[in-house]
Amino acid sequence: MGEKVLMKGAEAIAEAAIRAGCMAFFGYPITPQNETPEYFSRRMPELGRVFLQAESEVAAINMVYGAACTGTRVITTSSSPGISLMQEGFSYIANSNVGCVVVNAMRGGPGLGDIAPAQADYFQATKGGGHGDYHSIVLAPHTIQETVDLMYDAFDLADKYRIMVVMLVDGLMGQMMEPVEFKEWVDVKKFKTPEWATVGQGDRDHRNIITSLEILPEGLEKMNLALQAKYKKIKENEVRLEEYEMDDAEYALTAFGTVARIAKTVVEMARKDGIKLGLIRPITVWPFPEKEVAKRADQVKFFFDVEMNEGQMLEDVKLAVNGKKPVHYYGRLGGVVPTAEEIYGEFKKLVGGK
Amino acid sequence: MKLIYKKPDTITERDTTYCPGCPHGIAHRLIAELLEEMDLVKKTVIVWPVGCSVFGYYFIATDAVEAAHGRACAMATGIKRAHPESFVISYQGDGDLASIGIAEAVHAAARGERISVVYINNGNYGMTGGQMAPTTLIGQVTTTTPYGRKPELNGFPMHVPEMFAALDGPAYIARAALDSPQHIIQAKKFLRKAFTAQKNNLGFSLVELISACPTNWKMTPVEAMERIRKQVLPVFPIGEFKVAKGVE
Repeated sequence: MGEKVLMKGAEAIAEAAIRAGCMAFFGYPITPQNETPEYFSRRMPELGRVFLQAESEVAAINMVYGAACTGTRVITTSSSPGISLMQEGFSYIANSNVGCVVVNAMRGGPGLGDIAPAQADYFQATKGGGHGDYHSIVLAPHTIQETVDLMYDAFDLADKYRIMVVMLVDGLMGQMMEPVEFKEWVDVKKFKTPEWATVGQGDRDHRNIITSLEILPEGLEKMNLALQAKYKKIKENEVRLEEYEMDDAEYALTAFGTVARIAKTVVEMARKDGIKLGLIRPITVWPFPEKEVAKRADQVKFFFDVEMNEGQMLEDVKLAVNGKKPVHYYGRLGGVVPTAEEIYGEFKKLVGGK
Repeated sequence: MKLIYKKPDTITERDTTYCPGCPHGIAHRLIAELLEEMDLVKKTVIVWPVGCSVFGYYFIATDAVEAAHGRACAMATGIKRAHPESFVISYQGDGDLASIGIAEAVHAAARGERISVVYINNGNYGMTGGQMAPTTLIGQVTTTTPYGRKPELNGFPMHVPEMFAALDGPAYIARAALDSPQHIIQAKKFLRKAFTAQKNNLGFSLVELISACPTNWKMTPVEAMERIRKQVLPVFPIGEFKVAKGVE
């Protein structure tokens, strides 16, 4: 606390979650994030907290669901194929209004793909993934320090809105080592079992039932409308973004996560050449900072969206810009990480073509 | 008039969603009686499955959650690990537990999770209209085995207690039947041991309850109970398959 320690991203994620008051971990091994559960497996028993290696990701997310129903701060961590297996559970968790944190260290897909860093699960994370009309809050940090800081917020948001919060990182952030500084420990002794939790009725004058089932369409519509009202509140209050060198920008890069970090170097390269380039970096990719992006459409000549996927956040950028200005795209697929020089080269082609 | 027999307080006033002659009500009653007798009602969380008993929380008055199809043992694991003071029951049918949820159930058993599973075997998928289950008997006609279950096509009925008894995690594994008063009294004894296994922190416990599905079997309730005795129990014999010290 207060002092910087050199840590691998995958381990820093676990330490941050522990300090943020995470009381239980359930998960299944998958590369490239195995250091995270391994770290939990050492630390959680030391602190008298729960670590359990599940028999599958399907089981893991349903264990998370069960623990979440007791009002416990709970986490699972995985990577793309494992996250695909959890989608059913995500949907149930959403319509049950219970909170949890899920880390996705994205790797190349589709299918078994590879174990290199990618961002191709953006749609899956931000548009649902499981069945039904639901959202999770999706945080997309771009450095290990930011991941560590956001982990505290992730649990607070999960508690506040009784919602799943996804920490959308990639294999690169998991495997990289960086100096990080941790915030103060959350005092878990102050945690109380919430009034709504299903732990046995005890002294309550009513019993608690947590279910995503409502057989009557009118009733289920009501449940859906309540969810949508919650999402609206989150959209109004929880949008986060970083605007880097945007004050006088004539061009705007849009990127999230690892690519956004590279994009900062691209901005610096352009500025050295006298080109007024800035970066809009959504920190919450759901809710997406649509108003903030829309505002910049009056200012910049064009947007240049860069991702490690086939242009997924691109769609949200385009929706926000709403045709006011061109939105260009460059991306690498399958786990290939673009270099700053490469992105800058593509950008210069666009500027030159004007 | 003196009241000599009544429903347990833990059974709600609500009309059930079960068909006439369905033994789910018997199983519910046994659970409710035991929770009251063992002073567990206020500590209990029941994990309800997908199947005919999907609305079980309307009928047994305890805290409850509703799991995804087959995931009840995983959800029960999450509840029990996060809140070990809770008494956790997973109530599942044969499609839910032995088919789609077999991995979650086997691993909960292997880990010795301190949960109690009440496993209802009626030999078919009741709620979806009577399709073949892992427990459907050889030759049994269902909506997806119109020519009868054939081993060469559908394999053989699964014997869950016998399988689970081979694991080291369970403290108590048994099979009972709900077809007659004697068997129901015996079923309650078995369930009591299963609950005791959890109460005394001994390990995983499971009781299979051989049940009937008159609607999908296309039989009267009486015929269905007779079928259990004549056809089902010879394949799925009643008995205790694992009894750890301390469950008596």
